[in-house]
Amino acid sequence: MSEEVDHSRRRLLTAATVGTGVIGVAFAAMPFLASWKPSARAKALGAPVEVDASKLDAGQMLKVVWRGQPVFVVRRVKALVDQLADHNALLEDPASDDSLQPPYIKSSGAARARNPEYWIGLAVCTHLGCSPLGAFEVNNSYQVGGVDLGAGWPGGFYCPCHGSKYDASGRVFKGMPAPKNLTVPPYAIAANLRVVIGVDDAPNPVS
Amino acid sequence: MAAAPESTGTGNRLLGWIDERFPLTKLWREQVSEYYAPKNFNFWYYFGIISLVVLVIQLVTGIFLTMNYKPSSAEAFSSIEYIMRDVDWGWLIRYMHSTGASAFFIVIYLHMFRALLYGSHRKPRELLWIFGCLIFLLLMAEAFMGYVLPWGNMSYWGAQVIVSLFSSLPVIGQSLVEWIRGDYYIADATLNRFFALHVAALPLALIFLVIAHLMALHEVGSNNPDGIEIKKHKDAQGHPLDGIPFHPYYTVKDTVGVAGFLVLFCGVIFFAPTFGGLFLESPNFEPANVLQTPPHIAPVWYFTPFYAMLRAVPSFAGTQVWGVLVMGASVLIIFFLPWLDRSPVRSIRYRGPIYKVMLAILVVSFIILGVCGLKPPSGIYPMLARICTILYFAFFLLMPWYTKFDSVKPVPERVTGHA
Repeated sequence: MSEEVDHSRRRLLTAATVGTGVIGVAFAAMPFLASWKPSARAKALGAPVEVDASKLDAGQMLKVVWRGQPVFVVRRVKALVDQLADHNALLEDPASDDSLQPPYIKSSGAARARNPEYWIGLAVCTHLGCSPLGAFEVNNSYQVGGVDLGAGWPGGFYCPCHGSKYDASGRVFKGMPAPKNLTVPPYAIAANLRVVIGVDDAPNPVS
Repeated sequence: MAAAPESTGTGNRLLGWIDERFPLTKLWREQVSEYYAPKNFNFWYYFGIISLVVLVIQLVTGIFLTMNYKPSSAEAFSSIEYIMRDVDWGWLIRYMHSTGASAFFIVIYLHMFRALLYGSHRKPRELLWIFGCLIFLLLMAEAFMGYVLPWGNMSYWGAQVIVSLFSSLPVIGQSLVEWIRGDYYIADATLNRFFALHVAALPLALIFLVIAHLMALHEVGSNNPDGIEIKKHKDAQGHPLDGIPFHPYYTVKDTVGVAGFLVLFCGVIFFAPTFGGLFLESPNFEPANVLQTPPHIAPVWYFTPFYAMLRAVPSFAGTQVWGVLVMGASVLIIFFLPWLDRSPVRSIRYRGPIYKVMLAILVVSFIILGVCGLKPPSGIYPMLARICTILYFAFFLLMPWYTKFDSVKPVPERVTGHA
């Protein structure tokens, strides 16, 4: 055998070994990284929930949990619904172009609801996920979380964490920390005001 | 311990036996008894050793807490109540751990401020500084995850807010958040993995980085309040003339500092463990409630300056990612300090007035930001936070210019002081 070392052969073999090793490590890392994804059980628990909205009086609000997130079910007073389109100029995204909602909600305009009287939306601030508070009286001076929201505020939601304000359709006002309107989940309204959150079509009423 | 192995006592023969197989005496000499540190260390040089003491306190109390804590969303809160009420001395161990978390940040912030005072981050200590910054970063992650574990209402909503920060990243944001949480909301899976990271992964990484930090320190040697190299003037044996062995001189001095620290530490544990809601926030004495955000969310005090910077930036172009970027930058910019500083001198003793004013501005704006982060985002606080965010960044971003043009005083050849 020759005493000379073939350096280029040695470099090639080293590079090939390192390359193969790196690919192996990348594949071996996959199961560990993937184990952090929502498990099959967590996915299965994301089933629809049903709420009986018929018990709500005008101006009242319910919070239910769907997929671990709080969801508002609000019965809005008529006067509030009627003036929803009046303050579009104050809103960041009045037509909800940049916000999340099913198409049938977007097409409903300022009401953002299947039935204008009932508003359903995630009680999750689009800023950092706090749960906003609701205040549904028209042209009142609001004291929410120790903060005066001003006499002209037409009512809606206020996030206590970073001060984002939304109107009664969950549309965010301009200049707020939150960039988007409150998300409206897919939902359907079945007979007797049973709101089913998490599905687009109402299930057949069970009699 | 440092005695020569040729002596004949049983202890020395054992030491000799070990030294032939493991460099025990060599390590002791290199790292402790013959590590020459500048003789003019002052009060500010206590905080390195104190942070090491706090790390040990956190490790020991943490290990004992895991013996009774249950990392599940159903049991976590009640297991903390169990530790506080039913486990013998459980309250003490938990208060040591919760107070230790705040103490860690106090000590680390003072330790970092010392570096800014005396230029300890300057060449050739850049890597030492970077290891320190990484420790700070890991410590923030460690503290955040530890805060989630009691599963109180503030734990829950704090986790919600901080994890949601990642959702503002374009494209990958939403799926990244789902990956971190392991569910569609902050759930049992999230708590469980935070527990694993808090008690195993991050402490291991922290210990590794602390060792790297100390190795880098002992390689380049300690800086000192005069900011000059003591290795320039050596005696016949090659020891720095202005240096003294770490042991016994600084082990004794540090013992005094550690004792003083422990007096204050015990005072807080025994008389004010919640520290008026700053160390343990009152909404966290309520179990996590998915439906009810606490009326006012504020992180623990040590995060509030960064949190205030996050809130200070309004959403822009349809996304709130800017606040997140500003907050991330406010931490990462600290890493670049050794290269931003262009002053020919290290120590504040020989720097001109501009640096002194800028450092004072940094400290004041950092404290004001801390207060803003604790207060609700209304009244004067948002504007105050915006101004202080700009001042905070001005300290770093303008540094290449003001440190260059600032006047300097002549630097002495040898360290000054009474020693």
